[in-house]
Amino acid sequence: MKFAVIVFPGSNCDDDMFYAVKEGLNVEVEKVWYSEESVADFDAILLPGGFSYGDYLRTGAIARFAPVMASVMEEAKKGKPVLGVCNGFQILLEAGLLPGAMQRNKNLKFICRPAELIVENNETGFTDKYEKGECISVPIAHGEGSYFCDEKTLSQLQANNQIVFTYRDNVNGSVADIAGITNKEGNVLGMMPHPERAAADVLGSADGLKLFQSILNHWRESNVLTS
Amino acid sequence: MVKVQVYVTLKEGVLDPQGSAVKNALHTMDYHEVKSVQTGKFIELEMEQTDNLDARIKEMCEKLLSNPVIEDYTYTIGEVVSK
Repeated sequence: MKFAVIVFPGSNCDDDMFYAVKEGLNVEVEKVWYSEESVADFDAILLPGGFSYGDYLRTGAIARFAPVMASVMEEAKKGKPVLGVCNGFQILLEAGLLPGAMQRNKNLKFICRPAELIVENNETGFTDKYEKGECISVPIAHGEGSYFCDEKTLSQLQANNQIVFTYRDNVNGSVADIAGITNKEGNVLGMMPHPERAAADVLGSADGLKLFQSILNHWRESNVLTS
Repeated sequence: MVKVQVYVTLKEGVLDPQGSAVKNALHTMDYHEVKSVQTGKFIELEMEQTDNLDARIKEMCEKLLSNPVIEDYTYTIGEVVSK
């Protein structure tokens, strides 16, 4: 299995993401520069955190039109796993791969600390190594992480089990405590907390590692079935 | 050439924490007549005059300049005054 970590001008969690996969899973992983035309050769695509294009205009608004994104969107539509963390989540929202939008934190502060998350849905290709209802510790680091969507979208998210992670203590004002959601098909996950910063005990928590293991596991299972 | 002035504001019902913070600050400065504050963005474009100018501006506003999920936009078109 081969992972891609997309690097935009201003990404700053690309190394963390790279090493979470390389050291945590021991599989192939490559960084892909934003000006590349294709990510078709990869089996999973990771959009890391950071401040792509300096967060100008809106978070993720300009990165969403970076050359590589057309191919990311195409592969997402084919069903490949796409994970966006923090700024990566914001880019997925701007790209329309996930519903809703991101706003400034309710308290207008940049919040950087460990957060307790509840695994609301463990029947996705990103979370099947977790227990349903499990409480995990994963760091957050964002100024614009208050998830917003209208009531109609929220009821669709709930009806389709698209809410994957919620905050135990809603620190940023997100609608329905939302920390992470998938698309309807379940192959695109966006989350504000950083699982790649919680991928080994030495980092203070290894709770994020199971997310990457779930992606790998899911890929292995579906490739055994098809070959 | 035309000068296009685009105003982007939050949709009604979307919380505006920056607006509330500014309002609170104005109140502590004794401007109690202020009843609400809404923050937004102002973007100015200089563009070539084209036949489908309105359609092109709307497209830019909806694709990039605003996020239709949480924001509304308005714009005005004026002539560029040569110096």
